Amino acid sequence: MGDKVFSGLALLAGVAILATLVFVAVFLSFNSVGAVYREEEGLIIRQFLQYAYPLVIGTLIASLIALLLATPVAVGVALYISHFAPPRLSKSIGYVIDLLAAIPSVVYGAWGMSFLGPTLVPLYGWLHQHLSFIPLFAGSPSQTGRTIFTAGVVLAVMILPIITSVCREIFIQTPKLHEEAALALGATRWEMITMAVFPFARAGIISGVMLGLGRALGETMAVALVLSPGLLTASLISAGNSTIPAEIALGFPEAPPGSERQAQLIAIGLVLFIITLIVNMTARWIVSRHKEFSGAN
Amino acid sequence: MTQTQQQPMPTSVQGPAGPANQHAPAPASTPRPRSLTQRHMPWWVSLVILAVSAVLGAALSALMTFNMAIWFILTAVLYVIISYGVTRAKVSRRKATDTLWKHLVYLAFIIALLPLVSVIWSVTSIGIPGLLEPGFLASDMRGIDGTIDRRSQEEGEPVLGGIRHALVGSLLITLSATFISVPIGLMTSIYLVEYARGGPLARAITFFVDVMTGIPSIVAGLFGAAAVGWFLGVGNSLGLGLPTRSTMGITAAIALSVLMIPVVVRTTEEMLRVVPNELREASYALGVRKWRTILKVVIPTAISGIAAGVTLAIARVIGETAPILVTAGFIVSNNWNMFQGWMTALPVFIFRQFQNPTSPNFSDPSHQRAWAAALVLIIIVMGLNLTARLIATFLAPKNTGR
Amino acid sequence: MSKSITAKDLNVYYGDFLAVEGVNIEIAARSVTAFIGPSGCGKTTFLRSLNRMHEVLPGARVEGQLLLDDDDIYAPGVDPVSVRAMVGMVFQRPNPFPTMSIRENVLAGYKLNGARMSRSDADGIVESALRGANLWNEVKDRLDRPGSGLSGGQQQRLCIARTVAVKPEVILMDEPCSALDPISTLAIEDLIAELQQEYTIVIVTHNMQQAARVSQNTAFFNIAGSGKPGRMIEYAETSTIFNNPSNQQTERYVSGKFG
Repeated sequence: MGDKVFSGLALLAGVAILATLVFVAVFLSFNSVGAVYREEEGLIIRQFLQYAYPLVIGTLIASLIALLLATPVAVGVALYISHFAPPRLSKSIGYVIDLLAAIPSVVYGAWGMSFLGPTLVPLYGWLHQHLSFIPLFAGSPSQTGRTIFTAGVVLAVMILPIITSVCREIFIQTPKLHEEAALALGATRWEMITMAVFPFARAGIISGVMLGLGRALGETMAVALVLSPGLLTASLISAGNSTIPAEIALGFPEAPPGSERQAQLIAIGLVLFIITLIVNMTARWIVSRHKEFSGAN
Repeated sequence: MTQTQQQPMPTSVQGPAGPANQHAPAPASTPRPRSLTQRHMPWWVSLVILAVSAVLGAALSALMTFNMAIWFILTAVLYVIISYGVTRAKVSRRKATDTLWKHLVYLAFIIALLPLVSVIWSVTSIGIPGLLEPGFLASDMRGIDGTIDRRSQEEGEPVLGGIRHALVGSLLITLSATFISVPIGLMTSIYLVEYARGGPLARAITFFVDVMTGIPSIVAGLFGAAAVGWFLGVGNSLGLGLPTRSTMGITAAIALSVLMIPVVVRTTEEMLRVVPNELREASYALGVRKWRTILKVVIPTAISGIAAGVTLAIARVIGETAPILVTAGFIVSNNWNMFQGWMTALPVFIFRQFQNPTSPNFSDPSHQRAWAAALVLIIIVMGLNLTARLIATFLAPKNTGR
Repeated sequence: MSKSITAKDLNVYYGDFLAVEGVNIEIAARSVTAFIGPSGCGKTTFLRSLNRMHEVLPGARVEGQLLLDDDDIYAPGVDPVSVRAMVGMVFQRPNPFPTMSIRENVLAGYKLNGARMSRSDADGIVESALRGANLWNEVKDRLDRPGSGLSGGQQQRLCIARTVAVKPEVILMDEPCSALDPISTLAIEDLIAELQQEYTIVIVTHNMQQAARVSQNTAFFNIAGSGKPGRMIEYAETSTIFNNPSNQQTERYVSGKFG
């Protein structure tokens, strides 16, 4: 009797999780209908797309900047912990990097807005002065530093520990046998890393980067605080651009319940959900594919 | 077998293409070190290079506007480049490449530390004065308006207002989220580990828990708002007299649960899996039923890990801003009622003080309050992380067979 | 090619722990020398100190001299990387690089030196190294397949080919047959006999019959107790060690009384 109740409860909890996810999908879809359909005009998909595409592009730009900045540093830090740091220190260094992950995103946002942004203003001025023929550095440079580039840098700091910890785990697992094989052939430390560590870790690095991307795409507060949002522009150094999460965070509290505006915000939330879902699933697919292949050892 | 018996073997194994020891002519340019003591640099060379880089860096940064940050960056870059050049010229290309990458890896580590140091410095240096204002923890923002802040900024009067309401909100919302998430998460991981060993439903749950970990927090917030709004609508159409707006503490707790459940499932599942099977079998052998075995043997064995995992999950959601912002809104005074009215959480307080300062023209007091609140938040989060680590270390059962 | 090895009062430390103490040995060029002894007696540690591979563990260091012909490989200013290019090593378990093809595995050490070579030169190196490792006929049709697809014995010969390809002076083998079946073991032993004509070979083995079959000289290592350093007890011609050892510990070990 007790067994049945208990196992039933356990099963129920598991099913509840599945139901929650179904609910998330259903509620978001149901509530976003208002964004693409008006009673009087019928389907208004065009208008919605016009509203959504600058936000999607803005989200991608910020995440891309974050990835480009964070990936090399994260791989470097992971290598430092796994292969360069004195072994006695490497564990505590790992903790220190994990501290970066523990800092709440709103604090990063505040830091980006009041410290990093103003610090980067001279850089933007310089870029504008010398490289304004490149569309990325055209436009009048922001005087507050609250640009999509600053937002990207803050996102890079935030996803750095995620990519680092995935890479570190996988670097540490590199079979000693392969490392020693490389060293015994007379490889330097760096050559050993390229011969033994990177080939082994390639899939892990990619999935770590994808997980970081998923986090960057969905990150809200840092962008909402750092960026002074505006229209889509190619310039990284002037005010403008926005991202989906920031748009929702800034707009939702003011949107009346049941209004078209609220439906619009929920609809772009759904778009964001789908994008991050694809990114995360790809990451996991790469990891699972890697598992089959590494059975060779 | 003796030596003489071995010798004839080779020729017989070799194919027709040629005898064993006729090695194809290796390229004459085999660039192998033939002596052990090839050229190397004495230890002080790198110090010289560092000094040269620092001087050059200072000169170059003086050409622009002298600035510690620019000087530091230029010195680092110059050091890496000059070391590479010198090593390549004086030792070998391979050694130079090795040195170059070593320096880049070290540089990456330093670059990663900079934001950490900078963030912690900003928060503590600006936050501590705000935290020391009398009544910062004990008062809320009721009655604090632009005139008061203007006087603080212009006439140097103490900054009034505090975060009591935000602390109350964070506490209530996080506790409610924990009460929702822990039973569901714990029971799910019990189902996964103890009951469904690898069935299709278990695989589906594992997969969707993975999916859930990737849900952006703002989407979780939207879900909470939409779901509760829908339930209220249905309830009111049945004449239950529920509140009409979904903006309240419990909505935020539900949104946070969506973020918290997968973390709890993941950590507790891992902890339950490391409980050795011998313990379960020993219990069954005594005639104990399965559910009592789980409750009395499995969970107590894993309790320290579970507690640590739950603490980490709390640390993660207590810093969340976006889902609370869109579900519970923000107010200036205390609200102890989870089911009625808006509620402020600490991260939302920080966000609002930055984004919409109490006095737009005199924002310094608002910023000071925000930084002080950020300091409080970081202390809470770090404290929770530390607690989790202490729980895992000191409450761990000895000899769990791991 | 091929150099002699001389150790003079060599102590090997891991941090403060003295792992091997006071080894004096002279290993002739173009010979096979076997190290035998019970587990943990320091024979593998000593072998790894011959090409500074033991330095992979932090805190590893040596005292004394280790000469390759006349050059001390622990002299100040010696780069362990160049030592290892001259003193190759074959490991207990075959370890071809899993992401590289057979061909790339053979060329792995060669590529390190950044030698730009024509495809035909590379083909020549691959063929001669694989022939040298008695593997050519078995793999010549699948040089572009991954090395991890070969059998254990073939993988080990591939590792030997990879070591031979860079033309080292000395080849160290750390129980190269312990993970292999008897047939593969025989193939490796035949190969050792051939390689001896060009290289100085030092082999660690747990298998006394193997030591007797392949080596001219044998060194017996032993350890007084756990926590004590390993020592070289006796070093002589293989037939002497096995038939007429001068030390009683050696006799007890080779007659199977312990170990």
